Amino acid sequence: MESNRGRSTGSTGTAFSRRWVLGAGASALLTTGLSACGSGEGSGGGGDTVTAFVYGDDAVKVQTAAVARFNKSAAAKSTKGKVKLEKIPGSDYSAKLRTAMGSPSAPDVFFNWGGGSIKAYQEADKIVDLTDIIENDPVLKNGFLPSVLAAGDLKGRHYGIPMRGMQPVILFYNKTVFAEQKLQPPTTWDQLLDINTKLKKAKITSFALGGSDLWPELMWLEYLVDRIGGPEVFRRIQDGDAEGWGDPAMLKAAEMVKQLVDDDAFGSKFTSVSYVNGGAPAVFAKGKAAMHLMGSWEYSTQLGKFPDFAKSSLGWAAFPKIEDGTGDVRNVVGNPTNYWSINPRTQNKDAAIAFLKDCASEAYAKDLVALGDVPTTSNAAALLSSAPNPEYATFQYDLVQQAPAFTLSWDQALGDELGTKMHTEIGKLFTGKSSPSEFVSACKGLK
Amino acid sequence: MSSTVTSGGGRAGKIRAGRPGAVWALPAVLFFTFFAVVPMALAFYLSFTKWDGLGDPKPVGLANWQKLLDDPRLTQSLGITVLLTVASWAFQTVVALLLGVWAAGRQRNRAVLSAIFFVPFLLSSTAISILFYALLDPNFGIIQKDTLGSSSGAFLAIVFVGGWQFIPFHTLIYQGGARQIPQVLYQAAAIDGAGRYRQFFSITLPQLRHTITTSTVLIVVGSLTYFETVLILTKGGPGTDTAILPYLMYEAGFKTYDFGYASAIASALVLAATGLSLVLIRLSGFGGMRSTREGM
Repeated sequence: MESNRGRSTGSTGTAFSRRWVLGAGASALLTTGLSACGSGEGSGGGGDTVTAFVYGDDAVKVQTAAVARFNKSAAAKSTKGKVKLEKIPGSDYSAKLRTAMGSPSAPDVFFNWGGGSIKAYQEADKIVDLTDIIENDPVLKNGFLPSVLAAGDLKGRHYGIPMRGMQPVILFYNKTVFAEQKLQPPTTWDQLLDINTKLKKAKITSFALGGSDLWPELMWLEYLVDRIGGPEVFRRIQDGDAEGWGDPAMLKAAEMVKQLVDDDAFGSKFTSVSYVNGGAPAVFAKGKAAMHLMGSWEYSTQLGKFPDFAKSSLGWAAFPKIEDGTGDVRNVVGNPTNYWSINPRTQNKDAAIAFLKDCASEAYAKDLVALGDVPTTSNAAALLSSAPNPEYATFQYDLVQQAPAFTLSWDQALGDELGTKMHTEIGKLFTGKSSPSEFVSACKGLK
Repeated sequence: MSSTVTSGGGRAGKIRAGRPGAVWALPAVLFFTFFAVVPMALAFYLSFTKWDGLGDPKPVGLANWQKLLDDPRLTQSLGITVLLTVASWAFQTVVALLLGVWAAGRQRNRAVLSAIFFVPFLLSSTAISILFYALLDPNFGIIQKDTLGSSSGAFLAIVFVGGWQFIPFHTLIYQGGARQIPQVLYQAAAIDGAGRYRQFFSITLPQLRHTITTSTVLIVVGSLTYFETVLILTKGGPGTDTAILPYLMYEAGFKTYDFGYASAIASALVLAATGLSLVLIRLSGFGGMRSTREGM
């Protein structure tokens, strides 16, 4: 690291260094959001305290409990480290982490989505390669499902420890509406189109969709492309070949999206409905829409907002098969989980690693299960019977366990820069501002 | 010019005890330097670099400025920004001018109503945007139409919400301006037989010339830097149809982490806004400070 830093200062010559820019503009716009963490002793002069940045949603209880447990543990004593948790409100997380990592008050340990979301950090030497540490530590090596551990990799190297539940994308349906309309959840695409026709006659929207957030629209493309052409199609794009967007499966998927939009499968107002502000979940729970393609967190969202609906009417199914598609119907897309990673500039790496090991513990997995999440630890299966809804937890666990491929959400896999531009193009496809072929050629040009 | 009642303030050559020295300006100068000049200079410097926020900024010469000229989204964004500025100006000026002149009357009901009209300006624009976002919700709002999902609907919503927030402020400016107009002008006009409309167009409007310039500059510069309403109401959508320049800058900086390009957009905005204000002031003769009461 030291030599690396020396090199980069040399190569920029007379240019101002990052530190100069941030130092001179310490009060400038870039850092205004950081007051929350500016007062603490960051990794710069912190000594023993390990600061951890975490995405501050409802699930953060589990990390709070883990920190309390760790700070009282023997591991904390032997490494002379205490962990301090900084909860960053969700929608600001990525931008705040990014600005903090370039400042003297950077965290020692930070939450991320693996894959593309950490690529820039890896390139800037802001993240510790954990591959050898995991290999040499039986607790970490055997503690997690290998597919989940690998899903956050960059070029076959591990940079993160799984620390939250699995988040596959699931086709949720409203059991009450389905019973009233005498319908069964679709297992093939033709059935899905048929259901749409029937629901349209009954003046019910088939699918809730938070179109204004864009990423819920992405979930449709992810599954369609996987079912039509298999996980290889996106894998090629993820590996940096933009020509991969030209795969026939991509065009076919975009055409199917257009067909759904034209058939009013998402209703006529989806472009201004948001998932984040609760619009799409409410449309679904109130029976205005019969189905909702969403990450597994939909269950806990509904449990929070519409508990009666979540307990009695919420059903779930795998994404249907597409007749002449080559993708395995057991494949899953979504976020395998979230990860903890370590900042190389930490003053107490031993304590940070010891803290990460707690994620493999049974106590940690139990906390996740109690919250309704399905842990990605090897010991999870045995704990699921104590979940708030064991049936749902087991469905999720089996779905992921049996999946031949788990494709990471495209936006997370591609990283912020490409992901944001791809979101824009997907938004244009869904609103009809670009045709399926225009969508494909626009995506080929993304860089 | 013998009157000392109204023009005592700025006479040169008259030495007074306790007149503030340059030191008095220091807090304001320091504040402006650290919170405006330094960040602006840094942004200008960053516009010649490539920086993702993690490593050190790397000089790339004019690459970001070249990209600024070549980016098709920027061309679209510029068009939307100009359209938004013109629409906001037309909407806010007409309503605020009429309201302000009306509120200048000394009747008690006008005083009470003006105070109520001023309330929207006291709310934060984020709060206002969240409020209207909820009101415009397509399924649970009051209109229940896909307002924000159509290009024209989203654009008009932004113009309306901006107007709702800022018209009270401009009303206040016009109210102050209209109250400065000497009553004697109206009395003379009334004797000459001019009706209320004639009085408005021949006395009120010309007398408010400088007020209109002030308000226009504020609206134009404000529209060029309008941001949070777009972020909360439309996120630049549907598609990219309401992505004005400040939103494009935000997206480049805090979504794609291309701080170099974001800084280039920011610098271009500062230059454009400053240039536009100067042109407006020059064209309107505001800079010459010619009194509207010449010859009285």
